[in-house]
Amino acid sequence: MNGDPTLERIARGNGLALCAAGSWTARFAPVLEQIVADAEKLTGSRPNIFIDVSQVSKLDTFGAWLIERLRRSLTQGGVEAKIAGLSANYSSLVDEVRRVKTAPAFDTTSVTVAGMLEQVGRSMAGIGATMVGLIDMLGAVLAASGRVMIHPRGFRLTSTVHHLEQVCWRAVPIVVLITFLIGCIISQQGIFHFRKFGADIFVVDMLGVLVLREIGVLLVAIMVAGRSGSAYTAELGSMKMREEIDALRTMGFDPIEVLILPRMLALIIALPILAFLGAIAALYGGGLVAWLYGGVDPEAFLLRLRDAISIDHFTVGIIKAPVMAAVIGIVACVEGLAVQGSAESLGQHTTSSVVKGIFLVIVMDGVFAIFFASIGM
Amino acid sequence: MMAPEMQNAIIRVRDISVQFGTTKVLDGLNLDVKRGEILGFVGPSGAGKSVLTRTIIGLVPKISGRIEVFGIDLDAADAAARRGVERRWGILFQQGALFSSLTVRQNIQFPVREYLNVSQRLLDEITVAKLGMVGLRPEVADRFPSELSGGMVKRVALARALALDPELVFLDEPTSGLDPIGAGDFDELVRTLQRTLGLTVFMVTHDLDSLYTACDRIAVLGNGKIIAAGSMADMQASQHPWLRAYFHGKRARAVMG
Repeated sequence: MNGDPTLERIARGNGLALCAAGSWTARFAPVLEQIVADAEKLTGSRPNIFIDVSQVSKLDTFGAWLIERLRRSLTQGGVEAKIAGLSANYSSLVDEVRRVKTAPAFDTTSVTVAGMLEQVGRSMAGIGATMVGLIDMLGAVLAASGRVMIHPRGFRLTSTVHHLEQVCWRAVPIVVLITFLIGCIISQQGIFHFRKFGADIFVVDMLGVLVLREIGVLLVAIMVAGRSGSAYTAELGSMKMREEIDALRTMGFDPIEVLILPRMLALIIALPILAFLGAIAALYGGGLVAWLYGGVDPEAFLLRLRDAISIDHFTVGIIKAPVMAAVIGIVACVEGLAVQGSAESLGQHTTSSVVKGIFLVIVMDGVFAIFFASIGM
Repeated sequence: MMAPEMQNAIIRVRDISVQFGTTKVLDGLNLDVKRGEILGFVGPSGAGKSVLTRTIIGLVPKISGRIEVFGIDLDAADAAARRGVERRWGILFQQGALFSSLTVRQNIQFPVREYLNVSQRLLDEITVAKLGMVGLRPEVADRFPSELSGGMVKRVALARALALDPELVFLDEPTSGLDPIGAGDFDELVRTLQRTLGLTVFMVTHDLDSLYTACDRIAVLGNGKIIAAGSMADMQASQHPWLRAYFHGKRARAVMG
């Protein structure tokens, strides 16, 4: 269609004419840049230079800017440079780029030791801020639940039931499946190793204590943090991005009461239920493997289980569940409300919601272990 | 070489129908957009203006019909030809659709970097030039989209749409959400750019001022078809009830003075 761009040099007296021809457009930008860079080296060779653009067949912003750049750098080098032969169509475009101020140097931050130390300091301060944020949210949620208790009309039942369906009812299949499999694995491993000592039957003790006290609730809490905690953060975060939370506030609603309390409550109800179902599924899976793989028939399994575990083991597990739910919920809500305007920020906060949620759940589990050990449960 | 009338019509839409579920949004629609003109596209809310735009640019599948852009049938074109066409058009989405995790500068440079192998220096200079063209100062280049006002978002989005010096731009309600002065400036800007860059502009709008000041030709969408197309005078002379209500309503009289 159009010829490749060229820039011919023609001597004219003691001056020089640079004749541009062809299409000076974005398509040829890489070539044009090279041509212009070569021509810029002419600085100082002649006292005046004409840039003749009358032969240019097509011109766009890229071409116009490169001609303008050439003119500027020649002028800066002390040459008298002029653009000539500009057709009427393109003169407004060239005028437009002439107004462009030379690009300011965009500063790029380089990696320095001081910068890295600063980063470490900032992240340490960030941990402190996170703890304060969590305590702040805990206080706000408690205050909101106090208000709701005084004025029960402010309680959002529909919303709570909706979230209960999302985090509890819909989570049942995956939670039951995973805990069932974990129960099978614990049982198989136990039998495999205990058999060496002829202590097959003790696998029932191990399974019962482990599942009821620790694995059941911990595993379910981690799954819920990944499944529902992340969903809460993403929901609240995108509502924050679209100013929906600001809208609620201006209508006189408290976002904590409307959005966060129903979610927290749903989670606190859901986690003990899921932990209970998970524990049953794990025991069932363990029992099945003990029967099929270890030859412990169901009657013997149940008899042994009754001896091995007491109600204390179950209580220890189930007491932890609502506390863990509260931790997951608060972390998720704090992270959700901390989302800034960009999609990237939403991703970061959802990630950190899950990471912090799981971390705190495990820390809480350790604290509980010490507590129950010291009260002898 | 292309036939003369092919060169004249930069977009040719023939008999296209688009259906969502059982509702037919576009029903055998025909439309030509001529090279170098600013076409204003109006119609009642929900008539399918945005749907037509999105169908032409290939975001909404059509059930029948044929669309030619730059004389290339988009359905028959292979991937390379399509990419060639996509490089020659720019699109300004209604909400700007800036990449929220990139700065203004990165947003504008994104398509250029993808298609052209040019130095960072030229990229930065072109970015400043484009920002200048849409009436923004170079200082905004390192801000993120969430730190911009609504009007600035539209301007940056226009700068991004213009980044590769397209021949054709689609503007989806460019002036909605701007104050009247800002909207007026925007119309002026579109006009200037059309003159300087020789653009063809396909503009979906609700703004009567834009229609009066910026557009060369107006097309009206109703019942899934183009019910009228022509100059402002043609629109005012039309007896179609919706057109009468639109161009002779209280707001139209206020605009005409």
